[in-house]
Amino acid sequence: MIQLAVENLGLHFGGVTALRGITLDVNQGEILAIIGPNGAGKTSLLNCVSGLYRPSEGRLSFDGQDITHLPPYKRARLGIARTFQNIELFRGMTVLDNLMLGRHVHLQSSLLIGGIYFGFAQKEEIEHRRAVEDIIDFLEIEKIRKRVVGTLPYGYQKRVELGRALAWEPRILLLDEPMAGMNIEEKEDMARFILDINEEREVTVVLIEHDMGVVMDISDRVAVLDFGQKIGEGTPDEVRANPQVIRAYLGEANGVGLASFGGSK
Amino acid sequence: MIECGVFKRTYEEDMAFRHTALARWRIYLLLLAVVVFPFVASEYYVGIANLIGIAIIGALGLNILTGFTGQISVGQGAFLGVGAYTSAILAIRLGLPFWLALPGAGLVTALVGSVFGIPSLRLKGLYLVIATLAGQVIIEWTIGHWVDLTGGSQGMTNIPSPAIGPLTFASRTSYYYLTYAIVLAATVFASNLFRSKVGRAFVAVRDRDIAAEAMGVHLFRYKILAFAVSSFYVGVAGSLWAHYLNMISPEHFTVGVSIEYLAMIIIGGLGTVSGSIFGAIFMTLLPVILRELTGPLSAMLPITQVFNALREGIFGIVIIVFLIYEPHGLAKIWRNIKDYFRLWPFSY
Repeated sequence: MIQLAVENLGLHFGGVTALRGITLDVNQGEILAIIGPNGAGKTSLLNCVSGLYRPSEGRLSFDGQDITHLPPYKRARLGIARTFQNIELFRGMTVLDNLMLGRHVHLQSSLLIGGIYFGFAQKEEIEHRRAVEDIIDFLEIEKIRKRVVGTLPYGYQKRVELGRALAWEPRILLLDEPMAGMNIEEKEDMARFILDINEEREVTVVLIEHDMGVVMDISDRVAVLDFGQKIGEGTPDEVRANPQVIRAYLGEANGVGLASFGGSK
Repeated sequence: MIECGVFKRTYEEDMAFRHTALARWRIYLLLLAVVVFPFVASEYYVGIANLIGIAIIGALGLNILTGFTGQISVGQGAFLGVGAYTSAILAIRLGLPFWLALPGAGLVTALVGSVFGIPSLRLKGLYLVIATLAGQVIIEWTIGHWVDLTGGSQGMTNIPSPAIGPLTFASRTSYYYLTYAIVLAATVFASNLFRSKVGRAFVAVRDRDIAAEAMGVHLFRYKILAFAVSSFYVGVAGSLWAHYLNMISPEHFTVGVSIEYLAMIIIGGLGTVSGSIFGAIFMTLLPVILRELTGPLSAMLPITQVFNALREGIFGIVIIVFLIYEPHGLAKIWRNIKDYFRLWPFSY
């Protein structure tokens, strides 16, 4: 079943074309990886889906509902969650508060009720704290729950950001380079989390990643962008054999080192 | 860092402000001290305490906007003026009692603050500073020139003291209790706000507005809300000021006052409730202490003539020293002291 449909999407900044004629369907419950060289438009595509960019042409729909012109905070309410390439956590807040803010769309307390606190707001905070603690358990970050995020090492920050997106209880999770700058162990942990999120929580995952080993290993399907256009789509094996993709990554010299392109497994 | 022997069994206990008996007793003692103060202090010092109380409410308001939500405002002086004048006009021209004029002043200031907060959706940092400065100038000019309503540069006099039936809050001591009851409510409300949904969203807007928006925080609504809450506090402070001095004039609400309040929250600690209190105490006491020092010193030095310049100069130096050595302000220093004694004498 198609959950997110991108139809003929185009994005221009002045004379610069970031995306052109992108058509892409994301099926419910799958892990879809978007790959492509630097500047191919992967993050731009994600920004269009989460609403930070307004596409110049084309249409986006989520569960059959047209979301092309919906502002970001309303898309969040539909269950579209994301992480960012350069960690965009609330650095002055604790891990707990970051995750609690992830539940912003589920909380009800108004200004006055929050200021009075005792009664409804307290009950609500405790109830949502439980949900947040589940995620803290899941991501194995119990020890740092009261730490201020800005003081945490990079690997933990990436994990907290994933936790914040999970706290939202999303239906689709957009991950922008969740493993950038990580060592092998951290990548393995992250890959495990992504697979668990996908299987146990039944969340659709759209993932941008440069590590081909990871991409080919965990994704159900792969879409390839180059210069703002989609040049290939399919299962990891299909994409790996696609000549256009090989050309985009390795240049014209045919047949050079398929091994380096995730074929080593 | 947690002391040994402190066990939390429920989330409720974990989310409480005070975790230990010591911390609770510190609060009880503080409250007791506030209640007892007028009995032991002279009339003069009770008067100063009243000014501190009013400054605390104003500083809390500014800190909600600037420290917690990250929207820098130099319109504080003007918003105080809006509160003071609204309250005075409601009390004198419409004959409303103080108990209606006070919330009225808060609401009108909140409305005015929200209007001047609209540019914040597009403007950040220095650009917002200039926009709020424009607000300050516009409001100051309006107060000075709308003579029919505000009395122009003459100001307004005979603003009635608050009263319940035969009981009036005209004396310093009675006004003290009124002020500090409101200070208590304002402090508790602000503290609670920042451990629930709306306050958390304010802080998120400060730290990373783009991420906050992607997570479902309606930026425009929350920024305007921050301006409104902040201005409500400032309006209440202005109203208390008007009914305390019984007279107001435009020079009480200049851009200099705005700067003074900014200094308060910087010295006290941006983005902390306790910082607003420390800052208000510090900035109100500093000139008092300087004045008392200049008395004996003037016998030796020709210091009285330069007192005003000295005061401004020392303000400036103090702010610079804080920015360099303790950017998180007095609140952070207090936290360091508490942390030191928490594990004392075995702090390893």
